[in-house]
Amino acid sequence: MEQKEHELIVSVSPHIKSGESVDRIMWSVTIALVPAFISALYFFGPRALITTAVCIVTALFAEWLVEKMTGRDVTIWDGSAFLTGLLLGMNLPPTAPIYIPIVGSFVAVAITKQLFGGLGFNIFNPALLGRAFVLITWPKAMTSWVAPNAAFTSMDAVTTATPLGMLKEEGMGHLLEVFGGKANLYWDLFMGHAAGSLGETSVIALLIGGAYLLYKRYITWHIPLSFLGTVALLAWVFGGHDLETGKFIWFSGDPLIHLLSGGLMLGAIFMATDYVTAPSVRRGQVVFGIGCGCITMLIRLKGGFPEGVMFAILLMNCFAPLIDRAFKSKTFGLVEKKKEAAAH
Amino acid sequence: MALATFKGGVHPPDKKELSKGAPITPCSQPDRVVIPLSQHIGAPCAAKVKIGDEVKAGQVIGEAEAFVSAPVHASVSGKVVAIGEFPNAMGRMVPSVVIENDKKDEWVELTETPDYLSLSADELKGKIKAAGIVGMGGATFPTIVKLSPPKEKPIDVIILNGAECEPYLTADYRIMLEKPSEVVEGLKVLMKALDVKKGVIGIENNKPDAVEKMKEAAKGEASIEVMALEVKYPQGAEKMLIDAITGRKVPSKGGLPMDVGVVVQNVGTAAAIYEAARFGRPLVERVVTVTGEGINKPSNLMVRVGTQISHLIKECGGTKGEEAKVISGGPMMGFAIFSEEVAVTKGTSGILVLPEENVVHGRTFKPCIRCSRCIDACPMGLMPQMLSILSEAGMYEDCKDYDLFDCFECGTCAFVCPAKRPIVQLVRLAKSQTKPG
Repeated sequence: MEQKEHELIVSVSPHIKSGESVDRIMWSVTIALVPAFISALYFFGPRALITTAVCIVTALFAEWLVEKMTGRDVTIWDGSAFLTGLLLGMNLPPTAPIYIPIVGSFVAVAITKQLFGGLGFNIFNPALLGRAFVLITWPKAMTSWVAPNAAFTSMDAVTTATPLGMLKEEGMGHLLEVFGGKANLYWDLFMGHAAGSLGETSVIALLIGGAYLLYKRYITWHIPLSFLGTVALLAWVFGGHDLETGKFIWFSGDPLIHLLSGGLMLGAIFMATDYVTAPSVRRGQVVFGIGCGCITMLIRLKGGFPEGVMFAILLMNCFAPLIDRAFKSKTFGLVEKKKEAAAH
Repeated sequence: MALATFKGGVHPPDKKELSKGAPITPCSQPDRVVIPLSQHIGAPCAAKVKIGDEVKAGQVIGEAEAFVSAPVHASVSGKVVAIGEFPNAMGRMVPSVVIENDKKDEWVELTETPDYLSLSADELKGKIKAAGIVGMGGATFPTIVKLSPPKEKPIDVIILNGAECEPYLTADYRIMLEKPSEVVEGLKVLMKALDVKKGVIGIENNKPDAVEKMKEAAKGEASIEVMALEVKYPQGAEKMLIDAITGRKVPSKGGLPMDVGVVVQNVGTAAAIYEAARFGRPLVERVVTVTGEGINKPSNLMVRVGTQISHLIKECGGTKGEEAKVISGGPMMGFAIFSEEVAVTKGTSGILVLPEENVVHGRTFKPCIRCSRCIDACPMGLMPQMLSILSEAGMYEDCKDYDLFDCFECGTCAFVCPAKRPIVQLVRLAKSQTKPG
């Protein structure tokens, strides 16, 4: 046989691959958060930039530190730590003192993600566990809110409660009074003119990002729709109260207020849909979304906290592997157990 | 109206424009041919010739000794100069016969049968067996075995596979354009051999002119239908084809098309069956698409079995610069060859010459990020994600919980994976370390 002058590359099929990559996905989701980030800057001023920047820088540093210490490849530019930092920033109150983004981001990336094995191996949503950690450690700082200002100026110094906070403490009547009626309330919630975490308030900004992600097929409808749908349904069934007496009335709740308030939109579109921590099988994802919706509403209506999205997602993260095993994909041509037994 | 299709699948870039306009041209006779005695699934043939023998084209040089086997014939006339182990496309050494071509192209006497359709089913099957016909879509399963299903598995539909879903390949396309009646006649022979009343020819709709040509050729036949299918890889996979055309699902865990009453054959095989029945021609040549961004003149060549790939590359004007990867077959399931001295066999549908910029290097890959793209794409409804994770961790037995052996390694999962994980390779590894069942 003749010898070739140069060598041919021999590797296993397939020999062509799609253009998609992990980095591109991570950076694309980051871009999808830009509208929410801009709204955070608009309503809460330069503080939004500082908090978010600190989160991101700490996230990158934390990842670098743990990867270096454990002798693994440094992957800080693949976009996933950056995204975790950004998501955590979007989940923090505008007045959070500087140690909160630092500690929260460190816990999110170094502990929740890297110590579990790095990208692809973590059980819990890193940004959410970081947030849970700082919430429990500094409860007062994490539940102090300010009213938004506008036009990128510094925010108001006036502390106020979030709409969900008002709903829980003072009831629907008070909430409507503060915002001047249902129509105004819906509009303010939709646009983002309400107190809350940096990135959670502007529903329209989040929807724009979500539409982009759906269009590019980075997320599918399964989790967001089942999550939001369950919240809307349970809000309608269980969320109704007589405005005067506060007495509970069946099937008269306001789904819209619940859909537009709090961290639900941010959670349903950007956090519950995290690839690594959600189930992988589509049918299982619907179950996951329903579970998130149930726990969210349980906490919102009956629990001590006014908002339950974060805990709901973290609790459902625990069930994700179990859901995947229970709802395994259906193999083509699967022979039913009975028929198989009969054949033997 | 939506075209018939199956669940899952992907859309790799087509790339057929490189060679689809090239009509089938005979390849020049090579100086020698290296003919493997095993070009089919099943037992290799026993050599019927020895070194020094003068052979004619069409002469039997390897005899089938088992049920699942097919005879091998000389593809050129000349002298046997070597019988030994030579590498095939997969890198395995297989017993082969090397013939020095005297370029006279002298043939053995062939039996012509102008009224071949009046032959009995058994006589037709005898001709197919004697001609050494195997599946030319690439699987090389001996056709005579496919035509001998057990009595408890009656067949009621014969499907011809004209999907050619792999990118770059255009051999079946040109056969359908240039020899449509041969394909239809081959289908009729098959239907007679199996006593089947219905034949369907499935063609992907990225070849609308082939659909038209085949519809025209089948116009007079009431029992033959031509069906255009949605363009999606792997539409040409047997199980996907049967599902799209008939809605029947071949059972998992070892099921075969005959379990749902179907026999599938490639359109090239059908044309070869016609040649065998009508002219007594054994299978010694086939259409090979030589293409790729690295070849100067992409062509569809009629090649004698045993021609070495180096000869084909020269025939097509050589390579544009250094070739980085040469693939036997298509880019999704083909084999990267290590040497251009490897020979064309009955199942070689294409040779792709890829330059460096078209090669995807796979040495490093990321951990699975559980993005579900592979699960959505897998045509067999498996969870490639879990198969890759378990195999990577060495948990090969656990892969069977995810129906490991139902994977036919189409490559769809590895194609879509953003982490560029070598899922097919991990599946093959797991399969090699376990047993089905």
